[in-house]
Amino acid sequence: MPKQKNFLQVFVNGLITENPTFTLMLGMCPTLAITTAASNGIGMGLATTFVLVCSNLFISLLRKVIPDKVRIPAFIVVIASFVTILEMLLKAYIPALSESLGMYIPLIVVNCIIFARAEAFAFKNGPVLSLADGLGMGLGFTAAITILSAIRELFGNGTIFGAQIMPEAYQPMGIMLNVPGGFVTLGLLLALVNAIKNLAAKRAAAKKEELA
Amino acid sequence: MNTYLTILVGGLLVNNFVMNKFLGICPFLGVSKKFDTALGMGMAVTFVMTLASFVAWIVENFLLIPFNLQYMKTIAFILVIAVLVQVVEMALKKMSPSLYQSLGVYLPLITTNCAVLGVAILNSDLGYNLLESTINGCCAALGFTLAMVLFACIRERLSLSKMPKWMDGFPGALITAGLMAVAFAGFGGLIK
Repeated sequence: MPKQKNFLQVFVNGLITENPTFTLMLGMCPTLAITTAASNGIGMGLATTFVLVCSNLFISLLRKVIPDKVRIPAFIVVIASFVTILEMLLKAYIPALSESLGMYIPLIVVNCIIFARAEAFAFKNGPVLSLADGLGMGLGFTAAITILSAIRELFGNGTIFGAQIMPEAYQPMGIMLNVPGGFVTLGLLLALVNAIKNLAAKRAAAKKEELA
Repeated sequence: MNTYLTILVGGLLVNNFVMNKFLGICPFLGVSKKFDTALGMGMAVTFVMTLASFVAWIVENFLLIPFNLQYMKTIAFILVIAVLVQVVEMALKKMSPSLYQSLGVYLPLITTNCAVLGVAILNSDLGYNLLESTINGCCAALGFTLAMVLFACIRERLSLSKMPKWMDGFPGALITAGLMAVAFAGFGGLIK
């Protein structure tokens, strides 16, 4: 650790710099599977954020108690407990969302983002920083899949969040809502992010040259 | 007999886990750069998934349902899978060191492969019996292996060709996967 990081830095790091979807390529299954409507995207994102924040906080509080050797089963139990709580809460209070996300809710257990953050961050840092990391990563994930699902809903159905955007004459492209559309949209989105990053790096290099 | 054939064709082609259900995407993208590693991962997953479907069915029907603990399904299944992976790893190490050498590195990754948990949950949602569950687990895993090996072959060729910098790596791979999914969608009419 070069220097102590503060709450905000860790939060922004998760949200933008190390965005789990666009740079770490973690948690791809829910990213592709449920992003057919913007409301699903935001629902899944917030559900994952809830589990991520709770598990990060808990694991970081327990990090001195959990022996190194059995840390992976311990992580799994903590994460699975929170997912079960979430499953019951959703079924009781937001049945529509629970219905549309279906089996992908229990599958949050094996979302690699949660696991990776527990292993790489929460197990080594204090509870406050882990909370920030969970919030940042969770909201970064939410933002990414909401963008992805909004694009797919716009072209596949002509709507965003159920509101008509495209003109009446627009023929919806059904393929955008199917599996191939998911892969291709994410691929193009990633290419765009890469292109922006390359451009920014080039600009920064040019600026340095100018100053030198 | 007919149901088993449907499960076989369904798992392998029509309802292919990667190409149709978006399960197991992380290993599909992560360890598909080379043909050998893709095949190794596929075989390890097939092994664990078949066993996991079998054991998960037994746990659900002899433990969870009699004691009215269905709400513990997620926790029980993931623990079964984690334990199973550990046991398989230890058993392989003792009994067949050569197989362990080739599959060993992939085993810990399987615990967090959503295809394994996915097939267990799917089996229980569809109400399959023990034999159907096991066959479904095996076929779904073979379908995963098929998609993964095909994808790895394409990626090997792809890495030799010149691509624009912003398309290199994951974006290109994802679009390739999208085109593969179009091909797999062609199997859609085979069964109802």
